[in-house]
Amino acid sequence: MTAPTIYDSAKRKHPAIEELLALFKYRDLIYQLVRRDIVARYKRSVLGVAWTMLNPLGTMIIMVIVFSQVFSTVQSYPAYVLTGLICWTMFNQSTSMSISMMVWGAQLFQQIYLPRSSFVVSTILASMVNFVLSLVPLFLILIITRVQLGITLLLLPFSMLLLLMFSLGVGLLISTLAVFFPDVEQMYPVILTAWMYMSPIIIPVEILQNVLSGWVLRLNPFYYVLNIFRLIVYQGVFPTPKDWLYALGISFGALLIGWLFFSKKADSFAYHV
Amino acid sequence: MSNTLPMEPKPDTALLLQDVSIEYRIPSESIRTFKEYIIRVLQGKIKHSSFLALKNVNLEVKQGEIFGVLGRNGAGKSTMLKVISKVLIPATGRLWIKGSISPLLQLGAGFHPELTGRENIFLNGTLLGHSQDEIAEKVDEIIEFSEIGSFLETPLRTYSSGMQARLGFAVATAWKPDILILDEVLSVGDVAFQEKCLQRMADFRESGATVLMVSHSIEQIRSICKRALWLDRGEIKIMGDAQDVCDAYQDAMLKKK
Repeated sequence: MTAPTIYDSAKRKHPAIEELLALFKYRDLIYQLVRRDIVARYKRSVLGVAWTMLNPLGTMIIMVIVFSQVFSTVQSYPAYVLTGLICWTMFNQSTSMSISMMVWGAQLFQQIYLPRSSFVVSTILASMVNFVLSLVPLFLILIITRVQLGITLLLLPFSMLLLLMFSLGVGLLISTLAVFFPDVEQMYPVILTAWMYMSPIIIPVEILQNVLSGWVLRLNPFYYVLNIFRLIVYQGVFPTPKDWLYALGISFGALLIGWLFFSKKADSFAYHV
Repeated sequence: MSNTLPMEPKPDTALLLQDVSIEYRIPSESIRTFKEYIIRVLQGKIKHSSFLALKNVNLEVKQGEIFGVLGRNGAGKSTMLKVISKVLIPATGRLWIKGSISPLLQLGAGFHPELTGRENIFLNGTLLGHSQDEIAEKVDEIIEFSEIGSFLETPLRTYSSGMQARLGFAVATAWKPDILILDEVLSVGDVAFQEKCLQRMADFRESGATVLMVSHSIEQIRSICKRALWLDRGEIKIMGDAQDVCDAYQDAMLKKK
């Protein structure tokens, strides 16, 4: 028999640390939630997980048909679009899903204790699994369009970590707001659409560099995160220390702010139905 | 007053609430949209009216004790249970608990319709804070208790509501809690299954679990509990011997009529 654990609300640590420890204790729950997200999403479809790969491919084909004449200056435009698209899809889907998972999770927070961040964290991780799957069609297209694949690809895990941290940070931030203000759920897709057109996903970087003398890019945190991915996958060059510094600062900053804000507000979630 | 309590938990304390207050904002006054919030901030018109669902509640329950909580609807009984279950974190006061608490989970909340029964056992078990190893140990027992039999490997959406409730109950009660919360009367499945549920609750009780029984039924509290409290508008009106508390509560209810 192990001694029963004692809970004492007078001896709680800082909420950010408390939440982190709780999350670690509930790590099996995170695994189950990620598994549920992935298994449940494809269970009733014939092609199953293949959709994760076909989806960005389909969007890319449409974009290429529509825009390749307009943006003919871009070298191997399909690869350009696809690199941008899968990063954006990861960010877009994971953060939007975080909101709906928190809304769904609210009914559970009313009844049992669980680490409040578990739904956001598991959603972001499930999206990351999808991201990894969508690398398969990406490399297919890279090879077909004869993009040089070099040793810079070894840096891919770091680039993915940046994307993960950034998405998690924004996901925590936006889902906290959504708990207190339900209209955030309606507002966020509009913001995302605007954000997408201000990012070099379909539109070439060169064009955006001329918009408002480049400030659209400079003030766009997603651009720095995507930049690293494009440099190592699509352009095959090593990012400069400055590139890394910006991207890391933004991703880690987003995560830190998101985590602190979320854990500070987490105790009051159960009061807001 | 019977509300005076030691400041520190003793070795045989199972549960301690010290000066716990819960404040809710009144819904009509709360701001529901982000737009409205911004407008109010700009106008400088952020004010909150609120009411106290629990007022300075002090309570100590000893290990192995069967403790009753009486009170009318809206007296704060559920709020108190939520505090004890760590769902509502009180802004003021202290909560001290030794050991595990039976979940308040509505049976089957957290199930996913596309996953199989077995997958849902693991999902639900981890939601309740158990590790996968702990669940693997209990899975056969859960399957047997819930009587889902051949449906185990089919998606949950094919289950009848009775089967879902049985599975939920089986998972929720697979682990013996140190503190058992008996809220409303169990109404799961058919009479035979209800019998089984009551038996399981009785087993927990006999094995020395601390029991917190919440009920409108004076008779129930009278027959099982030794000590009890009467909660009225968020405050403890009387706490002490269950018979005395029940008498006082009964008198007050009769006078109202």
